Amino acid sequence: MNPIERAKQDWYPIAIVNDPRRPKFYATRVLGRDIVLETKMDGSVSVLSDGEHWKTIEAYDHIWTTPSENPRPLFSIPEASERDRRFVPCGVVHVRCSPLRAVENFLDIAHFPFVHTDILGSEPHTEVVPYKVDIDETKDEVIATQVKFFQPQAAKSANEGIVTEYTYRVPSPMNAILYKTCPTRDDVQDVITLFVQPLDEDNCAVWPWMALYDEESSMADMVEFQQLIFLQDRNILENQIPKRLPIDPKMEIPTRADLTSVAYRRWLKKNGALYGALTHAVDQRAG
Amino acid sequence: MEFTLYDYALSGNCYKIRLFASILGVDYEKISVEFHPSADHKSEAMLQVSPAGTLPILKTDEMVLSETQAMLFWMAKKFDRSGMWWPKDDNPVAQAFVLQWLGFSGDLTATIGQARLNSLFQTPIDKDKIIKASVVALRRLEAHLTEQSFEQKKFLAGVSPTIADLACFPYVALSGDVGAGFGLEHDNYPAIRNWIYEIKSLPGFIAMPGIFEMHQLKDHEIDPAERFRAKG
Repeated sequence: MNPIERAKQDWYPIAIVNDPRRPKFYATRVLGRDIVLETKMDGSVSVLSDGEHWKTIEAYDHIWTTPSENPRPLFSIPEASERDRRFVPCGVVHVRCSPLRAVENFLDIAHFPFVHTDILGSEPHTEVVPYKVDIDETKDEVIATQVKFFQPQAAKSANEGIVTEYTYRVPSPMNAILYKTCPTRDDVQDVITLFVQPLDEDNCAVWPWMALYDEESSMADMVEFQQLIFLQDRNILENQIPKRLPIDPKMEIPTRADLTSVAYRRWLKKNGALYGALTHAVDQRAG
Repeated sequence: MEFTLYDYALSGNCYKIRLFASILGVDYEKISVEFHPSADHKSEAMLQVSPAGTLPILKTDEMVLSETQAMLFWMAKKFDRSGMWWPKDDNPVAQAFVLQWLGFSGDLTATIGQARLNSLFQTPIDKDKIIKASVVALRRLEAHLTEQSFEQKKFLAGVSPTIADLACFPYVALSGDVGAGFGLEHDNYPAIRNWIYEIKSLPGFIAMPGIFEMHQLKDHEIDPAERFRAKG
């Protein structure tokens, strides 16, 4: 199956549910196709592309669409039904990078001290201690566990540096979910996700979403915290060469700290999920 | 706490005030306002604070300011003991130059600032027109800074930094956020690059997303032989 046909089977986020600022007709793009999201007076929505109706669903505070008549089911986030969490859609940021690059960056912790200095990491605490990566065969997901890292300010609710433990799930090629130590409670984990809308192979729109136990921070503070982190990444993402995610192991040399990235790339390759990927080393000169 | 700042972390205009407060060592209270996605700065509650419906807002017991140029002026007059950031009254020419470049900072917000918002959040703009105007603004700044350098002046209005430099700095430094291929990368503007280094070298300089601090070598990164030579 070619990459675009495989990509067409998935759901993609295109808007926040019940966003009062969205115009009646909202134009955007998915997989290189122009689409229009119409919001009717009663709040119901529909998506049109070249006269074709695309399916829509609402999940995790976002509206998702797909060009497929028979799409793969949207992945599940059980924590989304825990009523006492605060659910925080963080808006959208457009990035000139492959959607897969955006996901891979989200999975990387080694850059924290250098890009998110004094927030998610700090020098000299730069070591990534060994962690575990598996493919969950039943769900067909990449899972990284026991990822531990010293963080000066792990979340808006953190008052001092803590060693944060992360678990990562990649449940579909363009979505990643992170479970991390909740700074205010021992018994639960905060959930932070990155939902990526592929505009085309070299451009994406990123919709971060959080499900947190944080009773003190204002909504504005929590959204701002996440946007601040992501904007620090954006600059780096837009300057990565090649723009598309290299799948050929000869193209980039990983280290032990990149285990999640290696597993993610292999899993994409195994699944044929290569929209936004670079499959042959010879392409590199084209950047 | 000397004042309250209604702030948004990704705003270049808010950053001007955070940066100047850091340089001057002034304590203030910061209240985050959700500019995106909820546009809370336009909400009824925020319009009660400042009818301008913009960020930042600087508030004291006596006043509410919505223009960053007025905020920078007030901060310089009130907190700057050196008299460097706003020239003294016996030097009207220097004051006029600072005002001139403060005015230019408004052009930068209206050009690069708008193009950046469009690139980040898809705010509707006439993109071709705004990008062209952004390039014109950068070229004008480059020409001015080049001329200044012929006279050994590293800053917009003279040999020392003024509030005009801080007002112009953020959107120039953030121009890369607009994206590659528009002629807004710093590669083409050597005088602007030197000026950015000068500002990043100021004591009290702080970063924001998209504007990095200059890398400072840690002790363990310095080759011992190099350290010896530097001391010798």
